[in-house]
Amino acid sequence: MNRIIEKLKAPKKLLSIYFTAGYPKLDDTVGIIQSLENSGVDMIEIGLPFSDPLADGPTIQDSSTAALKNGMSSELLFNQLKNIRETVRIPLIVMGYFNPILQFGVEAFCQKCQEVGIDGLIVPDLPADVYNDSYKEIFQKHALINIFLITPQTSDERIRFIDCISEGFIYMVSSASVTGSQTGFGTEQEAYFKRIHAMQLNNPQIVGFGIKDKETFNQATLYAKGAIIGSAFIKMLTKKGTNGISTFINTLR
Amino acid sequence: MSYNVNDKGYYGEFGGAYIPEMLYPNIEELRQNYLKITAEPTFQEEFHALLKDYVGRPTPLYFAKRLSAKFNTKIYLKREDLNHTGAHKVNNTIGQILLAQRLGKTRIIAETGAGQHGVATATVCALMGIECVVYMGEVDIARQAPNVARMKMLGAKVVPAKSGSKTLKDATNEAMRDWINNPVNTHYIVGSVVGPHPYPDMVARFQAVVSEEIKWQLLEKEGRSNPDYVMACVGGGSNAAGAFYHYLEDENVKLIAVEAAGKGVHSGESAATSILGREGIIHGSKTLLMQTNDGQITEPYSISAGLDYPGVGPMHAHLYKTGRAEFIAITDDDAMTSGLELSQLEGIIPAIETSHALAVFNYKTFKPEDIVVINLSGRGDKDLDTYIKYFKL
Ligand SMILES: Cc1ncc(COP(=O)(O)O)c(C=O)c1O
Repeated sequence: MNRIIEKLKAPKKLLSIYFTAGYPKLDDTVGIIQSLENSGVDMIEIGLPFSDPLADGPTIQDSSTAALKNGMSSELLFNQLKNIRETVRIPLIVMGYFNPILQFGVEAFCQKCQEVGIDGLIVPDLPADVYNDSYKEIFQKHALINIFLITPQTSDERIRFIDCISEGFIYMVSSASVTGSQTGFGTEQEAYFKRIHAMQLNNPQIVGFGIKDKETFNQATLYAKGAIIGSAFIKMLTKKGTNGISTFINTLR
Repeated sequence: MSYNVNDKGYYGEFGGAYIPEMLYPNIEELRQNYLKITAEPTFQEEFHALLKDYVGRPTPLYFAKRLSAKFNTKIYLKREDLNHTGAHKVNNTIGQILLAQRLGKTRIIAETGAGQHGVATATVCALMGIECVVYMGEVDIARQAPNVARMKMLGAKVVPAKSGSKTLKDATNEAMRDWINNPVNTHYIVGSVVGPHPYPDMVARFQAVVSEEIKWQLLEKEGRSNPDYVMACVGGGSNAAGAFYHYLEDENVKLIAVEAAGKGVHSGESAATSILGREGIIHGSKTLLMQTNDGQITEPYSISAGLDYPGVGPMHAHLYKTGRAEFIAITDDDAMTSGLELSQLEGIIPAIETSHALAVFNYKTFKPEDIVVINLSGRGDKDLDTYIKYFKL
């Protein structure tokens, strides 16, 4: 069974961490993944850096720029992850924009993901409709789950459509914003979390964008299955380096 | 073969809307409404009244006698430089502001490179009394000071884009991020035939007034509405799209798209997207773009900030791929020389973008009886500093 689906069955709120591959240092990828698993993280999103990350705020823009400057590429990431499944068991998801995947070749990219043991992909600028019409079979052939996003502006009708074509979980963007630009959750988020909860979707939801500490993690997971921390983790890496990982994760639980 | 957009938003294999889910409601709202709203008689009436009384349309189609004599062919200049604000860009911003009003939007955002589109957007926002925020790369803000000042005088807020290469593509990213952050009250006025569907088609339709006028003006002057050639410079491609629009399906009219070769197509400092680019996704559109093997978007170079974009609109990618249009790349030096030449032969100082199109006469020979229409997309006032430095005036 796909590791994501298995993990979603665990009777607890899931903590997922996003980081940008190749940041702070080019060769940190494997070490970061191992530290995260050892610290008790449930799932990891490995960010494939892109020159023009439209949906990201300054923190992830900067880590992406730095990673590319360090020399990160799709090819190199797959090389770094070659033996990752010898040591790591939690679900691994690659998050990347569509153009680098398109240039690698969608089929070749999916095949490489499967070879190294990636369980799913998040491609923010590959719309659900286009995926469903053109790429679904390739993803499925390589046992990859594609994760779709919903936002507070997504209509109920479209949420139902996305729920229908999802396997695994739905990535619930917490507010109308790019990554990293939120200062906490207010009544608006609460109403949105409740609205989605009340829809009784087939797929569990994991909340992302704006989760930065224990408080926001708890708020987000009151109604959802889990939450994803990205920018706050990158900021910690910038300040403390990879040695700060276990302390940071411990503060969240 | 059709050269127009299909109902799914594609020109052949190019186009579409490769956008994050956060932008889906905005793009969907536009897609469902743009044809309906722009077809309304009250919209058409207001659009054309503003183009006439505020912008100063129709712009003349001028027979350039001395230029024609020099190159031994018949050259007409479509004088978009005479528009209010000095370029074709305002045709689009007038259309989009009227659309935004009808969609109930109360805030406008835009990206700009040289500042021409930013000025055209700030202008229509002042006209309508709507809040305006323009994103502009930090590098461009430094090299286009007069246009930054114009936008500020017009009441717009100019926000520096500090990410990536700090130029037009990054300003576009910032505008899209602003839209993600403000999805309900804001309309994004995209400045060229780029971006996710329906933008390329919508902007092309607003610019189509250019070729609509060329048709009747040429009929008056030459007794035929179709020239042998239509030629225009291509940054994102909006002035070319406007000049080509009503001739797309008439293959007797040859289309020439002129890109910026910068310091030479293979110098590493160029913006000749059709030659240097490969298929991919930029700003929500599947098209040709300059990128590394790994799919990272690269920074183009041209002496003209308006042609300094690493992609090209999906319509132009399709025109290139199908061979419907001939693509020619012109260097900085050739463009500058032709800009000076037009100034001295016709008394018209063109924008450096436009000068690229004029330089084609040095490389391609036309027959004496050929009628060649060039879209004179803008005037050179904004480029005086560059002309001064280049020619040590
Ligand atoms: C005078 C002029 N011509 C051409 C362009 C290039 O844009 P497009 O290819 O969309 O016409 C610009 C852009 O700023 C411009 O100012």
